[in-house]
Amino acid sequence: MSQSQIMPGFRPALGFTLVYLSLIVLIPLSTLVFKSFQLSWDDYLRIIGSKRVLASFRVSFGSALIAAAIASVFGVIVAWVMVRYSFFGRKFFDAIIDLPFALPTAVAGIVLATIFQPTGVLGKFLLDTFGIQVAFKPLGIVIALIFISIPFVVRTLEPVLLEFDTTMEEAAASMGASRWQIFTKVIFPNIFPALLTAFALSFSRSVGEYGSVIFIAGNLPFVSEIVPLLIVTKLEQYEIEGATAIALTMLLISFLFLFLINLLQLWTHKRSGQL
Amino acid sequence: MHAIVQPSTKPLTSNPSTTIRSALQEPLWLKITLIAIALGFIFLFLCLPLLIVLFHAFAKGVGAYWEAILQPDTLAAIKLTLLTALVTVPANTLFGIAAAWAITRFEFRGKSLLTTLIDLPFSVSPVISGVIFVLLFGMQGYFGEWLRDHDIKIVFAIPGIILATLFVTFPFVARQLIPLMQEMGNEEEEAALSLGASSWKMFFKVTLPNIKWALLYGVLLCNARAMGEFGAVSVVSGHIRGLTNTLPLHVEVSYNDYQTVGAFASASILAGLAVVTLVLKTLLEWKQGNR
Repeated sequence: MSQSQIMPGFRPALGFTLVYLSLIVLIPLSTLVFKSFQLSWDDYLRIIGSKRVLASFRVSFGSALIAAAIASVFGVIVAWVMVRYSFFGRKFFDAIIDLPFALPTAVAGIVLATIFQPTGVLGKFLLDTFGIQVAFKPLGIVIALIFISIPFVVRTLEPVLLEFDTTMEEAAASMGASRWQIFTKVIFPNIFPALLTAFALSFSRSVGEYGSVIFIAGNLPFVSEIVPLLIVTKLEQYEIEGATAIALTMLLISFLFLFLINLLQLWTHKRSGQL
Repeated sequence: MHAIVQPSTKPLTSNPSTTIRSALQEPLWLKITLIAIALGFIFLFLCLPLLIVLFHAFAKGVGAYWEAILQPDTLAAIKLTLLTALVTVPANTLFGIAAAWAITRFEFRGKSLLTTLIDLPFSVSPVISGVIFVLLFGMQGYFGEWLRDHDIKIVFAIPGIILATLFVTFPFVARQLIPLMQEMGNEEEEAALSLGASSWKMFFKVTLPNIKWALLYGVLLCNARAMGEFGAVSVVSGHIRGLTNTLPLHVEVSYNDYQTVGAFASASILAGLAVVTLVLKTLLEWKQGNR
């Protein structure tokens, strides 16, 4: 880019970017790594391998997986309906899908807890008719995580469905395929990479989620205690080492997911680029 | 024989067009079912929560609602939330513009790494975003003793809240500007420069008008998160009433104290903020012409 030679402001812009990035993000994040270096390998394994920590990882990952799966199913339906059909109020419903992005997690947390507690609007209904208690159980965590996952799935799928080349559907139809065959053999394989990305995005967001979960979860150790809450608990009990070890593990898992999501997005673009 | 064959082949020849049409669209009953499932899901998970906030906020009447909002602790929380946003949003906006300018207008080594690093805070759990500042500035942190000796409070005080909020809202503006400015190219800016415009004149007359909607979009999302952040701020705040409670933290404290009206009155302000954000966001998307 030889033309960019005349563009002004390279040094101040890049300089400010690097200094600010280091001060706000890189140095604070690296403290977590340095702090964990003070731990011996044995200490680290003792902390992470303790029953309560392992249980919290099981709760966090398990509920995030279930929530991402449920959100994916409903997300496909919602995205499909928003892109393919026209009906009264579509724009309103499409706009409100972003609510979980905009609504502070603490608000989401107390509202969901209120709705699903045994005396709440839906909680009472579910308890009386099906005998299912949602709030203060692991199921409550799943509900909260579905809530925050919705926009990730819908907003990842909508553009892919919008750009989907309908001539492929026409070609399949003219060769005698049924609607169901077209969906399973033509449409679904093409949106699958995006769906996988959406699943990974909501999973990785769900694993770290705190505010919307803690009010509805019940936070019982071994049963409904999520990893972020355990980090906070350890910190409050001045178990800095424990908090650091768990936080570092979470951070590494997040980065692994970031890497995976980047690969998936690359795949999605390749896929849609070929069309 | 011929006469019998004719009618039976007739439907066959007209069939393909209807089967093609039926293969391109779902039957009406399925359409209606899918729309019902989608809207039912949206209503239960998204509309109902908003209604519940209002219902509980006004459960004991408008008087109790205002009384809860006008409480000194609530007002202090509102003030702190506004202060936090007032510091963090401009700082991250300035950063976003600088980063986007450097990344989209120049070639240098490590550019894609820099772009990845800017997005990093989005993939960090909010709780961890708070923990790192406790590890730096808390009593047992790296600068803990030095700060105590010099009587400076960062953690469990306002600076910590601002730092944690800066961290979680870090990528918003940059993330909106980088793809847009990449796509825009710099021909117009070069033209302005070659016509003798100064650097600042070029920025304010050419660049800024071109990026203004994306910039506002980024600022809007940044602000929503800055005012609503809970996890990160909760770790560094220490929950001191009237001093280090932001509005989301005040919601938590009131709720845990079984002050339902107080919790939901504060929550209604934040929910109102979310709704305003969504409306403006939709308007800006419409302005930008995408989606």
